[in-house]
Amino acid sequence: MALPLFDLALDYTLRTVALGAMLLGLSSGVIGTYAVLRRQSLLGDAMSHAALPGIALAFLLTQSKEAPILLSGALAAGWLGALLVSAITRTTRVKLDSALGLILSVFFGFGLMLLTFIQQQAGASQAGLDRFLFGQAASLMQRDVAVMGGGTTIVLLTVLLYWKEFKLLAFDPDFARVLGLRVRFLESLLTSLLVLAIVVGLQTVGVVLMSAMVVAPAAAARQWTDRLGVMVVLGALFGILAGTSGALLSSLTPRLPTGPTIVLVVTGMVIVSLLLAPNRGLVWTWARARARAGQVQADTILHHLAALAEHHDSLEYGHPSAVLRTTGLSPQQVDHTLRVLESTGLVRRIDQDRWAITPAGLIRVRPPLHAAEIEKTGDSPAHRVANPANTAREGPR
Amino acid sequence: MTVPQIEIQLIAAVVAAACALPGTFLVLRRMALLSDAISHAMLLGIVVGFFLTADLNSPLLILGATLTGLLTALLVELLHRTGLVREDAAIGLVFPALFSIGVILISRYAGSIHLDTDVVLLGELAFAPFDRVVVAGWDIGPKSLVVSGVILLINGALVTLFYKELKLATFDPGLAAALGFSTTALHYGLMGITSLTAVGAFDAVGAILTVALFIAPAASAYLLTDDLARMLVLSVGSGVIAALSGYWLAFLLDASIAGSMATMAGIIFGLAWCCAPERGLFATWRLRARQRWEFAQRMLVIHLLTHEREPEAEPELQVEHLWHELGWSRAFATRVVNLAEERGLVTRHNGRLELTDPGRLLAQQTLLA
Repeated sequence: MALPLFDLALDYTLRTVALGAMLLGLSSGVIGTYAVLRRQSLLGDAMSHAALPGIALAFLLTQSKEAPILLSGALAAGWLGALLVSAITRTTRVKLDSALGLILSVFFGFGLMLLTFIQQQAGASQAGLDRFLFGQAASLMQRDVAVMGGGTTIVLLTVLLYWKEFKLLAFDPDFARVLGLRVRFLESLLTSLLVLAIVVGLQTVGVVLMSAMVVAPAAAARQWTDRLGVMVVLGALFGILAGTSGALLSSLTPRLPTGPTIVLVVTGMVIVSLLLAPNRGLVWTWARARARAGQVQADTILHHLAALAEHHDSLEYGHPSAVLRTTGLSPQQVDHTLRVLESTGLVRRIDQDRWAITPAGLIRVRPPLHAAEIEKTGDSPAHRVANPANTAREGPR
Repeated sequence: MTVPQIEIQLIAAVVAAACALPGTFLVLRRMALLSDAISHAMLLGIVVGFFLTADLNSPLLILGATLTGLLTALLVELLHRTGLVREDAAIGLVFPALFSIGVILISRYAGSIHLDTDVVLLGELAFAPFDRVVVAGWDIGPKSLVVSGVILLINGALVTLFYKELKLATFDPGLAAALGFSTTALHYGLMGITSLTAVGAFDAVGAILTVALFIAPAASAYLLTDDLARMLVLSVGSGVIAALSGYWLAFLLDASIAGSMATMAGIIFGLAWCCAPERGLFATWRLRARQRWEFAQRMLVIHLLTHEREPEAEPELQVEHLWHELGWSRAFATRVVNLAEERGLVTRHNGRLELTDPGRLLAQQTLLA
């Protein structure tokens, strides 16, 4: 493993693979952000599957295996698929999910039919189209990478150019419409960019799994930020990282298909993000919930001890922890909370298993009156309990 | 037709029918993409099961793969429940990951097992007749026919048994819950059936094209009827037609049977989309055109009614003046007047239009409506 990595900078194939995978991650990470925010994650799935017959038809018509020609076919077919999905949902009562599933599977089936037809016609020598199914990073040529670079540039430039408009479209399309933006145009522009980004990745990841490259980097990026700009950059970074490491891993390991490897790498990133991202991450949510539960327990115990202290009119009188279990907390919770409170000085241990609230604890539960008022009456809650004379004056409670 | 040919068509038809039953409910309940996720993710269950049993039709493998399908639905639900990703993204995250593990396992052990990516994508319907079930010396039939037949029977029985419950929970989940039916149980029941059916169909048409058999026939039927029972019958019917015609298309082109079946299912949907009697594109266009002429004629009679009592409005009643007054093109106005005259709504006296009694009645009715 060490040796091939060492050669990385020199090896032409690996350099091409890494560059291609980088472009793939960049374009799909950026455009995926908008797809995920606009709840169109699965449109990418439908369009990448729909691209297959385009590749097969382009080959049948031109008999050429040049990437630009095949990818143009993919672009046209993916675009037609998106157009049909939108036409079906607009003119029939078939809902979006069914329309997506329908276009996805029918186009893909048609593509497979054409592929098998081509294989029968032209013999095994033309079977090279198979690499579009699960992707084959190792088959990337420098020319292909140039085409991918062109696609990525278009995607990035358009996103920069329409930054404000796309942002509005992602978060408040109704407002965009009210402002007089051409929403239909912007929507189809975004869809076209999505198709373009998918086509850029087809050779590396393949039609079957390309959708994951649209969804996963963006979903991971979403966990780390609430700002669109940061999310786009993070999505691109995750995409690049996953694309490059997955593609290199699969090129260096025999019989490790590229697309699935990249998908597993990017899924790992999603899992880490879901767990660890600050604020939103599950671990953080869990820790916060735990801390909150601890706080509630501490408050319960303190209130209880304060009431007991007031009842007994003494801060010196210790109460067994068993008494505190009437709060509904388990013995373990009571013991744990008491120890925590003791360490912060809000509660003290009178003897073996008897506890009392400290003046500081009492102030915490029964916040002192307004400063001016204390001055007037010379009274504070702690004072009130600690000095029986004060309470006596107020009469029985 | 040779015997294997007939058997292949039988298998294809039975698989398509078995898929169409749960497919109808998936389409109606907007869960079509969950079936996409399940049939992709199922691959992992099938590969692992295949490692253990070395038989695509072993009951153990079918059970394991069905559980994988259920697990997928559960994972999607759990991921969605965290509130961190939306449901569409949750689906888009779960199934590629499971599918990828399956594909990698297949590629790594491609040499040692009889299962490759072509089988994953296309199934092996063409070879299905050679794998037969023999019980006590009796040749019952091809294994996949037996398996998919059993699945079809199970699906048919369940849909018949729980028809009322499914119907209620599909069209009014709120009422179903209020009446005490467990929608969760029904949801996962449907997911279980979908998974089981996908395992059966996997053998015949592969992981991805299963989705075509689930969704396309049901979506076509959805355009043709408003009645659930009829929709079930129609989707089974169009599924079977897609299967049989797909077989012959594949035969003709010497191409993949599964791919051709999906193609035909798509073509059938296209036909339903265009030609459905009430909801089809053509029917809608015809209706719109009719409504356009009808509306124009009503405009005309109302216009005449408004102006016929004003002596100074004589020019309003001239045919020549109409198109200008109502904002119509000259050709359109002429056509409308001709149509109205044919229907006996107006008469013409040297270029001046007069309402007939039916015409006046129509104008008044329209204004009152």
